[in-house]
Amino acid sequence: MVLDFKEEKTIVKRNQATTKSITDVAKNIVYDTRNLNLWYGDHHGLKDVNLSIYENEVTAIIGPSGCGKSTYLKTLNRMVELVPIVRTSGEILYRERNILDKNYTVEELRTRVGMVFQKPNPFPKSIYDNIAYGPRIHGIKNKKILDEIVEKSLRGAAIWDEVKDRLNQNAYGLSGGQQQRICIARCLAIEPDVILMDEPTSALDPISTLKVEELVQELKKDYSIVIVTHNMQQAARISDRTAFFLSGEVVEYDKTDVIFQTPADQRTEDYISGRFG
Amino acid sequence: MVSQKEDKTSSVQQLIANSRNQKTKKIVEKAMPALLFSAAIISILTTFGIVFTLIFETFEFFKRVSITDFLFGTKWLPFSGNEPLFGILPLIAGTLKVTLIAVVVAVPFGIASAIYLSEYASEKTRRTVKPILEVLAGVPTIVYGFFALTFVTPVLQEIVPGLKLFNALSPGIVVGIMILPMITSLSEDAMSSVPNSMREGALALGATKFEVAIKVVLPAALSGIVASVVLAISRAIGETMIVSLAGGSTPKFDLSVTDSIQTMTAYIVQVSTGDAGYGTTIYYSIYSVGFTLFIFTLVMNLLAHYISKRFREVY
Amino acid sequence: MRYMDDTVVMKRMTKRITANKVWKTLFFLATTFALVTLAVLLYRIVTQGIDYLNIDFLTNFASRFADKAGIKAALIGSLWLMAVVAPVSIILGVGTAIYLEEYAKKNKINDFIRMNISNLAGVPSIVFGLLGLTIFVRMMGLGKSILAAGFTMSLLILPVIIVAAQEAIRAVPNEQREASYGMGATKWQTILRVVLPAAIPGILTGSILALSRAIGETAPLVVIGIPVILQFLPNGLLSQFTALPMQIYDWAKRPQEAFQYVAAAGILVLMTVLLLMNSIAIYIRNKFQKRY
Repeated sequence: MVLDFKEEKTIVKRNQATTKSITDVAKNIVYDTRNLNLWYGDHHGLKDVNLSIYENEVTAIIGPSGCGKSTYLKTLNRMVELVPIVRTSGEILYRERNILDKNYTVEELRTRVGMVFQKPNPFPKSIYDNIAYGPRIHGIKNKKILDEIVEKSLRGAAIWDEVKDRLNQNAYGLSGGQQQRICIARCLAIEPDVILMDEPTSALDPISTLKVEELVQELKKDYSIVIVTHNMQQAARISDRTAFFLSGEVVEYDKTDVIFQTPADQRTEDYISGRFG
Repeated sequence: MVSQKEDKTSSVQQLIANSRNQKTKKIVEKAMPALLFSAAIISILTTFGIVFTLIFETFEFFKRVSITDFLFGTKWLPFSGNEPLFGILPLIAGTLKVTLIAVVVAVPFGIASAIYLSEYASEKTRRTVKPILEVLAGVPTIVYGFFALTFVTPVLQEIVPGLKLFNALSPGIVVGIMILPMITSLSEDAMSSVPNSMREGALALGATKFEVAIKVVLPAALSGIVASVVLAISRAIGETMIVSLAGGSTPKFDLSVTDSIQTMTAYIVQVSTGDAGYGTTIYYSIYSVGFTLFIFTLVMNLLAHYISKRFREVY
Repeated sequence: MRYMDDTVVMKRMTKRITANKVWKTLFFLATTFALVTLAVLLYRIVTQGIDYLNIDFLTNFASRFADKAGIKAALIGSLWLMAVVAPVSIILGVGTAIYLEEYAKKNKINDFIRMNISNLAGVPSIVFGLLGLTIFVRMMGLGKSILAAGFTMSLLILPVIIVAAQEAIRAVPNEQREASYGMGATKWQTILRVVLPAAIPGILTGSILALSRAIGETAPLVVIGIPVILQFLPNGLLSQFTALPMQIYDWAKRPQEAFQYVAAAGILVLMTVLLLMNSIAIYIRNKFQKRY
């Protein structure tokens, strides 16, 4: 009997939390996910995900490995489709248009939504060509404009001073942390609306991690950022909101300080206090 | 701040929107896979071309020569004026003699060097020997043929009594040398992919390297080794220039390796360099011989494919 | 009770260790067999051919007299042949490889294409000659021209180039493709600007090695019926021509002993060309070795 009561309370609390997030209309919603389900073949990877992502905020997604957090992130720019056996249902509204609609061209979506990957993946080209890659594929050929974009993007990624004298060198000559900031700069070059980051610091040393974290704080002034991380301290440090995923479900989604100080769900508390995961 | 950002965004994104030529992009995206697929189709057309060429011209040949005479005749005398004979067995015998000698040379040497490279040699030795094997594999067969005719045959004539200038032994040995790098490198690949944990298991029981090589590595890599040998046999059967230069042009259905012979490939060369006119029986005969050759090598290739697929070890 | 008898084990031990040593030596000797053969082969050819190898040999046309014979027509002819084979085989080979690695879904047609390519690689070169003779020389009416021989050779080395290009494309890590898609690039843009540039060293190395096979290949040319004694240089793709291995074959067949030396000199020219091509391939391979 006591047990039943407790569970009921949790459910009530969770509903309150969700309601609160949705009614928080102070900021514009960038992404609105509604009843998203996703299957890898027979595996039900995402279950009934409802989540809103707000403009000029850092939204962190945490959870144990295999919980679907990276899958969700990759659904936001439909990179998940590179695996051919994926099926989805539900809607993801990006700026009020459903991106899961087959008529939505992925190239257009990915031009507006940039992505930074887990392992730094610069192209084996010069630093300049790496940054200019995006603008070039989208048809910007004017050398002067490209120069400007490259400088601005590198400055934006706080790496201009380190590389300005060697823009023609191969990006593979840089350290891991520098490579990751080059990748961020490459992403900034097409001035996206949203930046998706898939555990961007997991391959980096602590000092490089700190630099990237500072950069994320800086970037949120101009961009909306969604970051997947397995590092809870990182989520607590840099994000405004945090979603906790478990087995493909959103257990809890709220302001970061609420999640970390007064989580509504027992499982969230267990996870952030390090009891599993 | 926000409005300023929107201005900036619109600048690059605006440029993108303006310059983007959606239509050409879409056409290219649709056209490229089709274009590339048509390149891939060329390889299928090649196979069809080969098969149809051989079948049609062989069919012409069988209008003039009975199929049983061809398959079971023991005399190949196409140039004897009034009564030419087209029994393919002598040509097959020539081919098999050369192939057998080549296998006798190449298999022991090839597998032994594969064992040495994979089980005994230091990394440094391996890095010196492998490129040399690559060079050996890259020597054109015409060069090997010249070597067989002007060096191996005279040397063998000193050793083997009654060895003719053209014979099966010399080209057989040289074909063996030609296919040796293939056996070595494919067998070495098969042995190297046997996981080290298997070797360590035996070594920890006090086995010597030789015992590990023979009792652990060789059985584990056997399918790869056998496949390499079968592929090499296929190469030996289809080898042309060595046997044309050093084998001779006397097709005989016997077991002698010291006399002049003629292989299937060498016959095709002999007719091609002669002046058999288009449309003659001799002209069509090269296709029937080519078809027989094609079947031999196809069976070998499929066999190698089957062995390496069917018996692939799962570690 | 112990089953292992130490004295017996030790007794056998010496034997086993000796066996290991003996076999190791045998395996080593077997390995040197190939190396010694190569050394002998090269030594023979150099000593036979070096006296005939001079400027006259390179600039003379073929001749009935050994000391006037030259390789000019064959050398230039081989270059013409490569000028057809290189673009045709590389475009078709790389195109096929891109299709198979980047576009082909797993279905029956594509499995058939893959299987077909591996079988084609095992077809004897002389059979390609029969194909060339029937299709290119006779049916398409190209005659014994550079174009007919070039097409035949291209088909012959196509499987080699496809396999090399497939390996090079497969070696480009998927993260590279993802990075490009993530910027909104289309599939073809990704292939053209990310995958191919990264795969080009591997593709080039494989292609050069395949071309060096084509330049030394004789049998298809014999079957097509390429002439040997030519007193002129080709003046176009439909022109008659002769090629290095063809010329060497003709000399090697001749009964006069002097022509053996001429043949050896011709082989030296051919081997030098091959050495040059292989050096370029190895240089490219080492210079652009993997950076991921």
